[in-house]
Amino acid sequence: MVVLAHQAPSARERCKDAGAVALIALLLGIPTLGLTTIDQGGTLHVATRWPTLAVFVALCFFGRLLARVAIDALQARARHRPAATLLRPGARHRLSLCLGWGCFGVALALPFVFSDNRYIVDTATTVLIYVMLGWGLNVVVGLAGLLDLGYVAFYAVGAYAYAVLATQFGWGFWQALPVAGGLAAGFGLLLGWPTLRLRGDYLAIVTLGFGEIVRIILVNWTALSGGPNGIASIPRPSFFGLPFKPGDDGATFAGFFGLDFSPLHRLIFLYYLILALAMLTNLFVSRLRRLPIGRAWEAMREDEIACKAMGMNVTNVKLSAFAIGAMLGGIAGVFFAARQGFISPESFTFNESAIILAIVVLGGMGSQLGVVLASLVLVLLPELGRDFAEYRMLLFGTAMILIMIWRPGGILSQRQPTLRHRAEGAAP
Amino acid sequence: MALALQQLINGLTLGAVYGLIAIGYTMVYGIIGMINFAHGDIYMVSAFISVTAFTLLASLGVSSVPLALVTVLLVSVLFTSVYGWAVERTAYRPLRGSTRLAPLISAIGMSIFLQNMVQLTQGARVKPIPPVLVGGFDLLTRDGFTVHLAYSQLLIVVVTVFLMAAFTYLLSQTSFGRQQRACEQDRLMTSLLGINVDRTISLTFMLGAMLAAVAGVLVTVYYGVVDFYIGFVVGIKAFTAAVLGGIGSFPGAMLGGVLIGLIEAFWSAYLAPEYKDVATFAILILVLMFRPSGLLGRPEVEKV
Repeated sequence: MVVLAHQAPSARERCKDAGAVALIALLLGIPTLGLTTIDQGGTLHVATRWPTLAVFVALCFFGRLLARVAIDALQARARHRPAATLLRPGARHRLSLCLGWGCFGVALALPFVFSDNRYIVDTATTVLIYVMLGWGLNVVVGLAGLLDLGYVAFYAVGAYAYAVLATQFGWGFWQALPVAGGLAAGFGLLLGWPTLRLRGDYLAIVTLGFGEIVRIILVNWTALSGGPNGIASIPRPSFFGLPFKPGDDGATFAGFFGLDFSPLHRLIFLYYLILALAMLTNLFVSRLRRLPIGRAWEAMREDEIACKAMGMNVTNVKLSAFAIGAMLGGIAGVFFAARQGFISPESFTFNESAIILAIVVLGGMGSQLGVVLASLVLVLLPELGRDFAEYRMLLFGTAMILIMIWRPGGILSQRQPTLRHRAEGAAP
Repeated sequence: MALALQQLINGLTLGAVYGLIAIGYTMVYGIIGMINFAHGDIYMVSAFISVTAFTLLASLGVSSVPLALVTVLLVSVLFTSVYGWAVERTAYRPLRGSTRLAPLISAIGMSIFLQNMVQLTQGARVKPIPPVLVGGFDLLTRDGFTVHLAYSQLLIVVVTVFLMAAFTYLLSQTSFGRQQRACEQDRLMTSLLGINVDRTISLTFMLGAMLAAVAGVLVTVYYGVVDFYIGFVVGIKAFTAAVLGGIGSFPGAMLGGVLIGLIEAFWSAYLAPEYKDVATFAILILVLMFRPSGLLGRPEVEKV
C-alpha cells in the first residue's frame, strides 16, 4: 500500500494564499465598502470609508489564515482516526421523534404559561405561520426537489382570496379556507403545467417571475385588491360562531363561557388555530410520504431519468407536489389575512419567499423538525434587536451559500428514503 | 406612425441592454448548464460602481464627456469582473458535482447577499446623477410629434454592436473561444486535452460580468438613476431574452434581447404600461410551452 505523505504548507505559502484572498477582498470592497455616494442637497457627493475597508481586508486576511490552519488540522486529525458514526440511524430517528414531541408539548402549554403576555403569544403565532409555510414548501423543495422561488405568491393568493370573499361576499373563515386552498392549488397547476416538463432551473426562474407578477397585479388591480392600500377590516375568525367581542348576552365567546372579556382570548384562539393547522399539515405531509405518491417524489428528487425509465409520469408527480405545496401556502395565507385583519402587497415581496426558502434550506430539506428549529431561529433572532433585523437578509444569503457548501442537504437533512424494504437491523 | 418610430428607437435601445445582460446568462448556461441567478445583481453592482465613478470624476473636475465615459466603462468593467469571478468561486465552484439543487440555492443566496450588501453599504434610496450625455437628433416631425434620437441611445446601440462583433471574434477565432466551446461540449474530454476547465469557467463568468458592467454603465447614462433593486426585474427580463433566443446561443441572446425590448416598448406605448413586466413574463411562459429550445437554440438532448 502506498501512503502519500501529506506535507503541511509552509507559513510562507499560507501567507501567500491569505494575501490573495485579501487582494480579492480589497478589489471587491473598494466600490462598495470603501466608496459611497451621499445625497447632499440634491446632488451626490463621494464619501470614503477607508478605515472600514481596511478592517474588512484585514479580517479577510486573518480569517482565511486561521480557517486554512483549522481546516488542515482537522483534516490531519481525521486521517489518523477511524471514521466515527455519531448516531445510528435508528437512534437518530428516536432522538428527533422525542424532540418533535417535546416541541409539540411546549407549543401546547405555551399560552397557559404566558397567558398574560401578549407579545410572546403573538410572536409564537408568527413562528407557527412560518413553520406551516416551511412545511408546505418542504413538500416542493425538500421532497420533490423542485426549487420554488415564488412561494409567497400562493400565500398571497390565499390571503387575498379570503380577504375578497370575506369583505365583498360575506364568507366566513371556515367556508373560505378550503376554497382559498383550492384556488392556490389551481394557480400552482396553472403555473406548473407548462414549466414542470422542463429542466428544474426553468421552474426556479419562472416561479421567481410569478411571485413578482402576482405582486404587480395586486398593486395595479385596484378594483379587486385595493391596490397599494390593500384590504382593511377583514373579519376575524369566530369560535364556532361565537365572536370575540365584549358582551354578556351569550352570543359572544366571553359571554357564552361566562368569562370576563379579554382581548387575549382571540389571540390565544388564533394561536391554537394555527397550531392545529400546522399539525394537520405535518400529519398530512408525513402520511403522504408513505403513500406511493410520496415515494415517487423522493425517487424523482434523487434521479429523474431513472424514474422516467421506470415508466413514471414525471410531470404528474411534479405537478402533484407543486399543487399540494401551493395549497398549503394558500391555507397559511388565509390564516395570515384573518389574523392581521389587513393585508397589502407589501407583505408578499420576494424577501418573504427568500425567508421561507431559507427556513427550508437551513433546517434541512425533507426534515419536518428542521423546519421548526429554523423558523424559531429566523423569526426570533430579528426580535432580539433592530441591528440584527437590518442585517437579517444579508445573513440569510450568506448562510444559504455556506450551508450548501458545507452540507448540501441542510443542517438536519433527511435524504434517507422514508420507507425501507426491510426493517432496520433485520437480517438481509 | 411617428410614435411607432419613436417606440422602435426606444425598444432597440432597451433591447440592446437586455441583450448584453442575456449574453451573460447564455454563456454561463452554455458552459455549466446552470442559470447564474446572481447575474442581475452583478449588473446592479456595476450600475452603482458607475454612479460612484461619475460622481468622483465630476468632483475631480473632469468635464470631457468621452474621457469620463471611457474611464467609467473601464473602471466598472474591471471591478465588476472581479465580482463575476467571486460569484463563481464561492457559489459555483465548491458545488461542482454536488446535487442538482445545491448550486441553484447557493446562487440565489448569492443574489440575496449582493442585493442586501449594496443596500447596506450604499443606502436604500434611489441615487440620481446629473445627466452625462444630453441632447440628440430630431429625426422628423409629423402631426406635432417629434421623433427624437438621444445621443445616449445612439451610444447604447453603437457600443452594443461593437461588443457583439468583438465577442463573435473572441468566441469563433481565438484560442480562448475554442477552449470555451470545447468545455461546452464535453468538460471531461477538454480537461484530458490539457485545458484548465476551472479557469475557462471562471473567465466565462468574468466575461458575462463585463458585459453586464457595460450594460450597467449605459443604463446609468441613459436613465440617470439607480437603486439596489434594479437587478431583480432586469435579470428576469434578460433571462427571458436568453430563453426566447435559445439559451446557450450567443446570437440568440441578442435577438431575444431586441425582441423583448421592442415588445416592452410597444406594449408600454399602446397597451397598459403598468403591466409591461407581466407581458414579458407571459412571453417566457409561452416560449417554454411551445418552443422550449428558443428561436435559435438547439433542442436539448438529455444524456445519462
